[in-house]
Amino acid sequence: MKSQNKSFLDKKILVEAIKTSFVKLNPNLLIKNPVIFIVAIGALLTTIIVLKGIIDNTFSSFNSQITIWLWITVLFANFSEAIAEGRGKAQAESLKTNRSQTKARILKGGQEEIVAAENLKKDDIVICDAGDIIPSDGEVIEGIATVDESAITGESAPVIRESGGDRNAVTGGTKVLSDRIVIKITSDAGNTFIDRMIALVEGAKRQKTPNEIALTILLSGLSIIFLLAVVTLPAFFGYSLQASGLPQSGNLSLPVLIALLVCLIPTTIGGLLSAIGISGMDRLMKRNVIATSGRAIEAAGDVDVLLLDKTGTITLGNRMATDFIPADGVSSEEIADAAQLSSLSDETPEGRSVVILAKDKFNIRGRVLTNMDAEFIPFTAQTRMSGVDITISGKVQKIRKGSVDAIRSFILNNNGFFPECVEEKANELAGQGATPLIVARDNKVLGIIHLKDIVKGGIKERFSQLRKMGIKTVMITGDNPLTAAAIAAEAGVDDFLAEAKPEDKLRKIREEQANGRLVGMIGDGTNDAPALAQSDVGIAMSSGTQAAREAGNMVDLDSNPTKLIEVVEVGKQLLMTRGALTTFSIANDVAKYFAIIPAIAVTLYAGISGKGALSALNIMGLSSPESAILSAIIFNALIIVFLIPLALKGVKYRAESPSRSLLRNLCIYGLGGIVTPFIGIKLIDMLLQIF
Amino acid sequence: MEINDYIQIFLFLFLLIALTPVLGSFMAKVLNGERNILSPIFGKPESFIYKVIGVDVNQSMNWRKYAVSLLVFNLAGFLFLLLVLVTQKWLPLNPQHMGNMNWHTALNTSVSFVTNTNWQSYAGETGLSYFSQMTGLTVQNFLSAATGIAVLIALIRGIIGKTTDKLGNFWVDITRSTLYILLPLSIVLAVLLAGQGVIQNFDNYTEVTTLQGDTQIIPQGPAASQIATKQLGTNGGGFFNTNSAHPFENPTPFSNFLQVLSILLIPAALTYTYGKMVKSQKQGWAVFSAMFVLFAIGLFVSLYSEFHQSELWHNISYMEGKETRFGITNSVLWSTTTTVASNGSVNAMHDSLTPLSGMIAMINMMLGEVIYGGAGAGLYGIVIFIILTVFIAGLMVGRTPEYLGKKIEAFEVRMALIAILSPSVVILLFSAIACTIPSGLSSLNNGGPHGLSEILYAFTSAAGNNGSAFGGLNASTVFYNLMIALGMLIGRFGVIIPVLAIAGSLAQKKITPISQGTFKTDNALFVGLLISVIIIVGGLTFFPALSLGPIVDHILMQNGILF
Repeated sequence: MKSQNKSFLDKKILVEAIKTSFVKLNPNLLIKNPVIFIVAIGALLTTIIVLKGIIDNTFSSFNSQITIWLWITVLFANFSEAIAEGRGKAQAESLKTNRSQTKARILKGGQEEIVAAENLKKDDIVICDAGDIIPSDGEVIEGIATVDESAITGESAPVIRESGGDRNAVTGGTKVLSDRIVIKITSDAGNTFIDRMIALVEGAKRQKTPNEIALTILLSGLSIIFLLAVVTLPAFFGYSLQASGLPQSGNLSLPVLIALLVCLIPTTIGGLLSAIGISGMDRLMKRNVIATSGRAIEAAGDVDVLLLDKTGTITLGNRMATDFIPADGVSSEEIADAAQLSSLSDETPEGRSVVILAKDKFNIRGRVLTNMDAEFIPFTAQTRMSGVDITISGKVQKIRKGSVDAIRSFILNNNGFFPECVEEKANELAGQGATPLIVARDNKVLGIIHLKDIVKGGIKERFSQLRKMGIKTVMITGDNPLTAAAIAAEAGVDDFLAEAKPEDKLRKIREEQANGRLVGMIGDGTNDAPALAQSDVGIAMSSGTQAAREAGNMVDLDSNPTKLIEVVEVGKQLLMTRGALTTFSIANDVAKYFAIIPAIAVTLYAGISGKGALSALNIMGLSSPESAILSAIIFNALIIVFLIPLALKGVKYRAESPSRSLLRNLCIYGLGGIVTPFIGIKLIDMLLQIF
Repeated sequence: MEINDYIQIFLFLFLLIALTPVLGSFMAKVLNGERNILSPIFGKPESFIYKVIGVDVNQSMNWRKYAVSLLVFNLAGFLFLLLVLVTQKWLPLNPQHMGNMNWHTALNTSVSFVTNTNWQSYAGETGLSYFSQMTGLTVQNFLSAATGIAVLIALIRGIIGKTTDKLGNFWVDITRSTLYILLPLSIVLAVLLAGQGVIQNFDNYTEVTTLQGDTQIIPQGPAASQIATKQLGTNGGGFFNTNSAHPFENPTPFSNFLQVLSILLIPAALTYTYGKMVKSQKQGWAVFSAMFVLFAIGLFVSLYSEFHQSELWHNISYMEGKETRFGITNSVLWSTTTTVASNGSVNAMHDSLTPLSGMIAMINMMLGEVIYGGAGAGLYGIVIFIILTVFIAGLMVGRTPEYLGKKIEAFEVRMALIAILSPSVVILLFSAIACTIPSGLSSLNNGGPHGLSEILYAFTSAAGNNGSAFGGLNASTVFYNLMIALGMLIGRFGVIIPVLAIAGSLAQKKITPISQGTFKTDNALFVGLLISVIIIVGGLTFFPALSLGPIVDHILMQNGILF
């Protein structure tokens, strides 16, 4: 599911969303959003008044206009939620089509049987050959195959899936391209990875996140305060009427009070709140990350510490040979030649890089080894070196490469001597974070292969961005502390954990959490699962094992470890958008007061001019009391629609200090929130005068 | 305004700032139970008190237990005071043979003094015996202030606590606040005031023949000792009916200065104590600054409206009802100070302030008495606003909001809203009731918007536990006595209980260490934001009511109409 840029104005989504807006008038759904629920009750009350007016022949066009705009306010709020859901559904559609009518070849007592994928149960064993769609999530228990996972990752290059190890997880809906694998199903039908993804994206399973709950409480509290201010107003107004010598029949009507209430309660943020949440999930999805809960996205914005595996995240996977450093009295060619010979059958990435370097630097190419009677010595944990024994003119030459310690004992055993300058140089390289590999022939040290971790381009800038966001990065590596320190310095991480075993990761996470920090981590292997589960935001690679995917609370479909940074940004954006719109909503009230209070108090304490004393507050110069109230309530409804794109897109996030982003957002949404409605209400008032 | 006015105001502000760290660090030591300069004197009595009441100093309470202890203690104080007031006729130290107080006034008075409000619907010199004044009111002046300080300390312990449910021991906190802070300061102030001529005796009232040949009865009594705590403990209940406008209660410009300064002394210094206890002096100063700015704005607007005479009124000074001996500046300085600090003592009649400075007095109280506010109460009140500010602003920087390392989540937001809502309900709902029923309206002295202000002011004063009166409203009726008593209870405990609940919840949380991403709560930006939230939340709630009261009053006065 490659990111599909569904524009805001996609016609199909739009039509669907308009329909859904009406469906959402169901009180059972409305009550989940207290602010909009209050508006709906107000709309219902004014509707009754208008209907009663028609029967009594006291029909008021002003009241009916208020009623219409109140219902429109509710519908706009529903619409914003519907359109966010609609966009999510569109994303999910593409996932669903991949699951269409898959058949599974289930293995029962040695017999193959064809069943529909939806009837598969956990622990069933199925077989897939080349060309088959994998029917459900599972683990490869036999065989190796290339699999096309583009259906979920959008990445067209096939990946290898094999039994055992960290690459045994397969996902339902992906396609086997070659070979045959036997799969043990790991989840019941309807509960597979893709099923859960669809449910989440569609918003069906969406639960309010902790911050959303807290914000809803704040908005409800503010609504109660304004309700209090509005319900007590007729009493004060009645007193003022009496004091101005006016009859009590001039007291505020219910529609006017409801209009005032609806203008004051935070309908803007109330109406857009769930759209913001859904679109957060949607934005992650566009980056090919699936979160298993909205809570996880929110937590991502709070992450204080990021644990990153060195290999693959910070460095380009493997160490590479970058230089041959000859010992005294040895030529560069000689060591390159020996190094290449010893690495020819070495299939490790390091070994291959030696061969490549020899070719690039000295044009030493592959050669015929048969006449040398070569015998390759593979690397073992005991000897900690590898190499080749060749026979040249009947004489056996033993070429070895390995760590300083291993080669030293090899040399000493052969009655040779280990030159001090080589040892010094090796230590120096190790200090720089490189791995020195010593090459020796029989009893002579030829020199050093300079193996180096290549730090990914641009990673340093990303880390410095993270630092600005206030996030500490910790590199995790199996390297020794010296090497780790050098790479850490080069990549610009804040801290590192050297010689780390899986349990060390877990310990580090717990330690940071005990200090009150929120920890995010990325992992793929089964042995990462405990750490992923322990971390607050655990992102599992899609290429990782099923265990890792279950343990994390997000899955990165691209299996790109630097994705965590983007996830953090989406999380922060989500909270910022909520904060910005809340501020905007509250700031709006200032102007609405200046529109409505002079309008309703127009008769009070009127002087000789016949104008009420409080007309002095009509600083916008609105044309009439009715027009003032209508303009305020129309503005209040329209602003919801105008802000839908912002709610869906999110407030722009920049890596900068919190004080700076606060200041900027305050200027835009705080001051903007005060000024905008003054202009908007005035414009609407002017328009109303034309019609 | 003349140069003399400016000097007084600047001296006042200077001393306010200068004394804050001095008293603040001393109070931090006391409240942390550390050794301080008064330990040699009060150490023994302190342990003796614990022995008598059977308190284990090291036994820390969770928030529920702390709240229950506080409520029991206040209930006992209320019942004792009520008993004294309705039986004073038969009790000693009653040279003027005062009768027993009627039940509803006694109920109102007892609630009033227990809640640190000191709303007085009685007149001291015609209604109370010396015994009632001393054992009843003065004792509560100490204990209600100490209660406020105790709640604040519990809240601070909640903020700095690390995954614990312990907030300290209520009995220890209240003993230390009274013994080391309120008592010594009151003694010093009482002696200073007595030196200026504030009376302190148990004499019969003096009957004198005036120059015109009439007889006048001059009340006497132990005033100085009660006035000291009335000011320091942000109580405000005067010994005499006219409070500090009475020459025996406030005889000289110097006594006036001392009294007005001592209103803000403890609330201001507690911000320093706060900084010290949360281990960041900057946090304390940030809170102080927000309070200071709000105070200065109010003072400026009030002074401006008093001195900016309208041509319509032939550029007269609005002297009616002001403190004629010390001038308008001192009246306005006092009216602003006493309303920001939930003190409620007066040296001028607030009814006689211009509509705008009367409105400032009202707004000071409506904002929740958080501009310095009551002893302890102002600071725990502003922490409620800080929680709201941090919640809204914290979101805007893209993190779950946190304050001093503690995450602000649903529970804190809910409790903060209850604490803000409780006084608002009293102000708006109770005023609305009073505006609509005859027993509410019959007490009014003035008509027009000014009458509405009188009602609004009374319930605002009750809800904010301020106790000052606008004047003009006869509050000594069954209706007002009961409604205001209820208002004072809601305004006091409707805030204290949620605050303690927040303290309990915060204490259980981990402390997130400060990082670059942490939203700063100790810089100018935050102070500005806090001020805006206080003004906007307060302003938006009360704007409609205010516009029909003081705002329209002001506009009409500009047009030449008075009420």
